[in-house]
Amino acid sequence: MGNWVVNHWFSALFLAVWLGLNVFLFVDAFLKYEKADKYFYTREILGPSLACARASALCLNFNSMLILLPVCRNLLSFLRGTCSFCSRTLRKQLDHNLTFHKLVAYMICLHTAIHIIAHLFNFHRYSRTRQATDGSLASILSGLSHGEKEGGSWLNPIQSPDMTVEYVTFTSIAGLTGVIMTIALILMVTSATKFMRRSYFEVFWYTHHLFVFYILGLAIHGIGGIVRGQTEESMNENHPHECAESFQKWDDHDSHCRSPQFEGHPPESWKWILAPVILYIFERILRFYRSQQKVVITKVVMHPSKVLELQMNKRGFSMEVGQYIFVNCPSISLLEWHPFTLTSAPEEDFFSIHVRAAGDWTENLIRAFEQQDSSIPRIEVDGPFGTVSEDVFQYEVAMLVGAGIGVTPFASILKSIWYKFQHGDHDLKTQKAGHAALNFDKATDIVTGLKQKTSFGRPMWDNEFSTIATSHPKSVVGVFLCGPQTLAKSLRKCCHRYSSLDPRKVQFYFNKENF
Amino acid sequence: MGQIEWAMWANEQALASGLILITGGIVATAGQFTQWYFGAYSIAAGVFVCLLEYPRGKRAKGSTMERCGQRYMTAVVKLFGPLTRNYYIRAVLHLLLSVPAGFLLATILGTACLAIASGIYLLAAVRGEQWTPIEPASPREGGMAGRAHHQHRPSNPPPRPPAEARKKARATAGGSPRAAPRPTRVPVTDEVV
Repeated sequence: MGNWVVNHWFSALFLAVWLGLNVFLFVDAFLKYEKADKYFYTREILGPSLACARASALCLNFNSMLILLPVCRNLLSFLRGTCSFCSRTLRKQLDHNLTFHKLVAYMICLHTAIHIIAHLFNFHRYSRTRQATDGSLASILSGLSHGEKEGGSWLNPIQSPDMTVEYVTFTSIAGLTGVIMTIALILMVTSATKFMRRSYFEVFWYTHHLFVFYILGLAIHGIGGIVRGQTEESMNENHPHECAESFQKWDDHDSHCRSPQFEGHPPESWKWILAPVILYIFERILRFYRSQQKVVITKVVMHPSKVLELQMNKRGFSMEVGQYIFVNCPSISLLEWHPFTLTSAPEEDFFSIHVRAAGDWTENLIRAFEQQDSSIPRIEVDGPFGTVSEDVFQYEVAMLVGAGIGVTPFASILKSIWYKFQHGDHDLKTQKAGHAALNFDKATDIVTGLKQKTSFGRPMWDNEFSTIATSHPKSVVGVFLCGPQTLAKSLRKCCHRYSSLDPRKVQFYFNKENF
Repeated sequence: MGQIEWAMWANEQALASGLILITGGIVATAGQFTQWYFGAYSIAAGVFVCLLEYPRGKRAKGSTMERCGQRYMTAVVKLFGPLTRNYYIRAVLHLLLSVPAGFLLATILGTACLAIASGIYLLAAVRGEQWTPIEPASPREGGMAGRAHHQHRPSNPPPRPPAEARKKARATAGGSPRAAPRPTRVPVTDEVV
């Protein structure tokens, strides 16, 4: 337990703050709509489902604001760069951006469900009181008419007793945008399950662009002002605490209570999402701008096991170790951008990627380059974006584990370490770097070209970890993995087990690449 | 886009629609909304759709991740033969099932989602896709998935380092308990995290 805390305290804190804010916003809005006098008459018709709907709406606004931020990769790279003085733990948080994006998405789904269910009850109650003829306060309030000279002192959006809730849903802006947003959300979620992403990435990528409809829908969802509260002036003429009882006598000559007047809110969702939307638009513009820059392919190498190496040049391109780029090949697909780790070192005068055939797009790419008679396809590049491998040099001892094509980030690191040793770089803290490449093909590493001891088969991690722990008893060891989930579990367990509780003794920090 | 199996997405969408139908149905029935009996229908339809769609079909290319515990339903769904294998039938079935739920606001979302799933199934059917059950793993595959106990020592596997290095390693390690390196015969599916 202690080791878990050491490795994860910042994540836990961050999530606790996020959850706490969600709970706070929910409860705050709930109490406001449940207790405020302004909504007394509204509650008379709707009951507690009003407060439920509004509370979940506020949480939806909050989370919709947050959801775009973790995928603004340039923003994250910028934060990582400016925060170089920050502790490693803080910067590691930025690697979990996709996890956070998913968590926020789940929260949005949860609050969407609460919001819709609450509004179903709201519409049902509005409809019922509109049709009621029992002369109750609720039915009187429902009957306050629309389209009066004051601009509508109405409370109930259902204008006549034979108007159905379905009609109101599909003819009001709030209802229609709500349906569109929810369907977009559901389609995004079903195409984004892990199975779909791994098997059919294009379906996920294209469908996920439905978020545009979600954002647009959210921005105009509240325009109709369907949620009504009593106006200030009306509260002076008809305060609920004094006048609610005597509702049959409103507007009578001898009564001092007038009929209440209601107004809707102006929409407020756009205020929440405006800044992230602008940031994200910048990100896409930046991607487009970068895609227009010329990429010169200097060398193409076809490796065994259908691995294609592309060495390229681009003006103004500079990278750090282990960063990744997004690559687009217009002749294969105009809109698809796929991430690849850079396998070259920053010290080299080109940058390279190794691409393995793992789906439609990669197979088409390899096929396009295999044809020697036709001209080389054009490539567009966006990036580089930083991931955890940048931190490798901050550890005294680095343990790099790569499985299959997952060796690519570490290729870059090892080459860079080699160059740094050559040039006598004093900033290099790393004294020892061990590389386990779980790679069944050749004795010479196909990626780096370095002759090194490559271990074949499955290592006994406990042995490896205890050896390192005993030979470096006071060091901070960074364990870096790019590989499958099962391997991540074993390594993470070993990191916890072999990290000493005493922060001065050996500490294993586990870092995992994820795309 | 050439090799997308649309049926896989249709399956996810239909499963989600089933859950949405159940939820909408419960809300309508519990809240005793007008015409709440459509809600009761929606619960039944939702349960049926979920049961039908829970067992994921086998992918034509590559390995398929089974859903937890799906083999029980796979056995049942398999029994209906062509009725469940054919995606045209599924498309029509889902479309018909979705219609009654469209009369109630609480369940109309389920209708829309199931109708979309029906459309995707139609696309899958047009492209000649079929539902194939995922059979339980064969003994050979099952053995490979386990630890090293069942492994037979290969006589001359490709990835071994040259003989001198092996002899040297064995001499220095002094018979370490390390498992012998073995090549996998099963195609390795890369699940890069």
